[in-house]
Amino acid sequence: MSDHGTLPSAQPPLRADARLDQRRHFGSLFDAPRTGRVGVLLPPLDVPEADPAALYGKAHRPGVAGEVEASETDVVRHFTRLSQMNFAIDTALYSLGSCTMKHNPRINEEIARLAGFNDTHPYAPEHLSQGNLELLYRLEEALKVLTGFSRVTLQPSAGANGELTGALMIRAAHVKAGNARKHVLVPDSAHGTNPATAHFAGYSVIELASSPRGTLDLAALDAKLTDDVAALMITVPNTLGVFEENILEIAKRVHAKGAYLYLDGANFNAFVGKVRPADMGVDVMHMNLHKTFSTPHGGGGPGAGPVGVGASLVPFLPVPTVERAGGGFRLDFDRPDSIGKMRAFYGNFGVLVRALTYILSCGNSIHEVAENAVLNANYLRKRLEPFYHLKYDAPSYHEVVFSDRRQAAAGVHNIDIAKRLMDFGFHPPTMSFPHIVPGALMIEPTESEGKDELDAFADAMIAIAKECETSPELVTSAPHTTPVRRLDEAAAAREASRPGNFAPVLRAPVA
Amino acid sequence: MRYIPNSPAERESLLAAVGAASIDDLFATVPRAVYRKEPPGLPPPASEIEVRRDMGRMAAKNAHLGDWTSFLGAGLYSHHAPAFVSQLLLRGEFLTSYTPYQPEVSQGTLTAIYEFQTHMALLTGMDVANASMYEGASAFVEAVLMAERLTKKKTKVVVSAGLHPEYRQCLRTYLVNFPFTIVEVPLAADGTTDAGALAAAVDDATFAVSVQSPNVFGVVESWKVAADAAHAHGALAIGVVNEMFSLAVLEAPGASEIDIACGEAASFGLAPSFGGPLVGFLACRDAGKRQIPGRLAGRTTDADGKPGFCLTLSTREQHIRRERATSNICTNQGLFALAATMTLSVLGKQGLRETAVQCLSKAEYLKAGVEAIPGPFSVAFSGKTFNEFALRCGVPVDEVLRRAEERKILAGVPYARLEPAAAERRDLLLVAVTERTPRSGLDAFLDTLRSFS
Repeated sequence: MSDHGTLPSAQPPLRADARLDQRRHFGSLFDAPRTGRVGVLLPPLDVPEADPAALYGKAHRPGVAGEVEASETDVVRHFTRLSQMNFAIDTALYSLGSCTMKHNPRINEEIARLAGFNDTHPYAPEHLSQGNLELLYRLEEALKVLTGFSRVTLQPSAGANGELTGALMIRAAHVKAGNARKHVLVPDSAHGTNPATAHFAGYSVIELASSPRGTLDLAALDAKLTDDVAALMITVPNTLGVFEENILEIAKRVHAKGAYLYLDGANFNAFVGKVRPADMGVDVMHMNLHKTFSTPHGGGGPGAGPVGVGASLVPFLPVPTVERAGGGFRLDFDRPDSIGKMRAFYGNFGVLVRALTYILSCGNSIHEVAENAVLNANYLRKRLEPFYHLKYDAPSYHEVVFSDRRQAAAGVHNIDIAKRLMDFGFHPPTMSFPHIVPGALMIEPTESEGKDELDAFADAMIAIAKECETSPELVTSAPHTTPVRRLDEAAAAREASRPGNFAPVLRAPVA
Repeated sequence: MRYIPNSPAERESLLAAVGAASIDDLFATVPRAVYRKEPPGLPPPASEIEVRRDMGRMAAKNAHLGDWTSFLGAGLYSHHAPAFVSQLLLRGEFLTSYTPYQPEVSQGTLTAIYEFQTHMALLTGMDVANASMYEGASAFVEAVLMAERLTKKKTKVVVSAGLHPEYRQCLRTYLVNFPFTIVEVPLAADGTTDAGALAAAVDDATFAVSVQSPNVFGVVESWKVAADAAHAHGALAIGVVNEMFSLAVLEAPGASEIDIACGEAASFGLAPSFGGPLVGFLACRDAGKRQIPGRLAGRTTDADGKPGFCLTLSTREQHIRRERATSNICTNQGLFALAATMTLSVLGKQGLRETAVQCLSKAEYLKAGVEAIPGPFSVAFSGKTFNEFALRCGVPVDEVLRRAEERKILAGVPYARLEPAAAERRDLLLVAVTERTPRSGLDAFLDTLRSFS
């Protein structure tokens, strides 16, 4: 054992809190003043070395100036420390409504990392990719069982990409029928991707005002539902967590006008195994596999957004589809009415592997996912209702949307409550939408929280509601315990006009 | 169901607390005609033991690259993935967090995004890069749409026939409902985009000129030819890269007046995973940043003046702008942008260069070997290449693949698979190498070709 007391030191001792700050390492790996360090070793080059300068002449680049120079230790520590500054489902309830932050089972990760899936190339011959094609086929079959649709494309890269795929299929079907039509109807409670998607599919958006219950207003629908409407995009349960009781009537009226009913399946987790969307008259629906089927959100992706369609839209599915052939499977590119390709290759295959693993693990008990998601949300609603304003009091499904109306009177807003919740160890709710609830606090606990964690979250929210009355400045100055305090997001946007905010300035301005 | 923590007794207590007699009560607003009382028609829940057996059986039916000598590329290249990357990606703080909407509890993800942006900007020679795109082809489409917004009131996009066919197919899919025309420019005999035809195709209605380098046949293009053709008519030049290691030995698009760089960055440590998830990127000049789609992380400070990062310029995005957003994109490829960032960090300046030189050297060795074999094979284009080239086959391509398979070699990607309509290119096989390809594999490939002599 060495005696630390005898070590020579000319400097005052380092304070522990300063050291902690250093270890938290605010800043990027590019800021670290290291040169000449190397983190990898390649095998010796076993062929004659080519000279890129001689080969490429003027097009040669001697290397990438400014790149990191670090050892494996440097890099592993850097990223481990970064991870420690993140909040995650693995640590506590992550109440971010609409995002469905549920537990991500690790068997899914293990299976997706099998070399037979992970280390396979999309252009390997089909006869050497039969396991992959079988997996795609089986996932499509399972999603058909759960949705009641005729076919499901697994190609879209994420929910929004699935929306666009669905909207392009709708448009292709109308074009084939002789009239592309002009508008897509979207309720005012919709997620922002819906109107954005309709626009990118070439449609103008008509917004429908919600009823006092927070659901679609049938009179508003009738007023806007003309022969020029291509589709209604609706979310069930909607972003308030309310189920559209009139969904069958809505489908009937949409179809009577020759329009399609698009269901945003972001909230499929509220009714998976309980209701098949096709039975409700839905023509097309995307599913966010990272929500309902528990593939990890990964700090913002990757997702996957398969789209199910009824028989009338099957000819327009993206290519390729996976078909049975003899005793095996093949890719079918020969689909003349197809909208084409939404991305290179066949989809976020690794995400699809995780989703099938999850579906197999849940099996015919998967409806319990929806049941418990709804039960948990209702329990939180019950506990928090006395303390937070509920603008729409229709029955809640998988999430509940409170507002800051009571707290705002004391000058405390939803953002303050959100930041204070971090001090209690929970991830804040969603606040950016639905737009029809000012000061929204959209809470989605998911089925993967137990009663004790739900209670701990409710206790924290209630404690904050009390702080808003007794010591509001504690809330408005939160968070107090996070690696950084409240960040100036407005300054980041202002600073955006300064070159180099997003990356170092690399070259002199070119005239 | 093992992913539901509450015991039956706890569930009963929650039901009692909310005042419901049964679960069915909670679903009372679902129309009875569609409410299912029966469990879904799936098999019973599978244990981990059963899942491993079932999924393992399917995985075993695939050819995985570790078992074969692979020359497959065509937009997706199998490079070395440092061991620590897949392990750190499993840290729950990365794996099970979401988009960093709340920066105070997301500095890890935000710092990593900023680093990804910086790596992409350094490699491409651009000022700004975003937090990543789904993958290369859709990143390219978003770049084209971005160019249209930046130029305004123009209607034509010019693309090189050297652009990966799947990228061109995606462009057609996404642009079908816009009043834009797509004009394709053929390649010259050396495999580069025909410069004369390119200049002739661009006019004052053109908003974007797009080339890929190295192109789908592996041939290195001139960024300057594309940029000059674009700028002569007020259009923007888009440079597509899907083998990012090429940028350690070849001029950056940003150094040659390219306005927007985009493509696929999966070469940095991502497993091919049958084509996804990958990681697209999009980078541009400072002037374009307000039209860039997707997330952007920027620098700021906290209430104490301490530096930090947060998402910024979100007024471009769908959750604020709705139908007037720059894109309908919501997520990016977070976890895999992180994987690429980790890989780039450990490769560093020296590892990037060494890897690129190895790729180049092995491809040059293979090309020289092909040319030395008398018989039905030749390198199809005389243009310079990096780690991939088109092999012209005087025998059926399928027969080459078959004989190679007997030697446990995946000989390459038949061009006909990418573009079945291109009858004149049916005799081309795209052959790619990386630093993972040993000389013994290169020699075995050449032996296969020799067997046709």
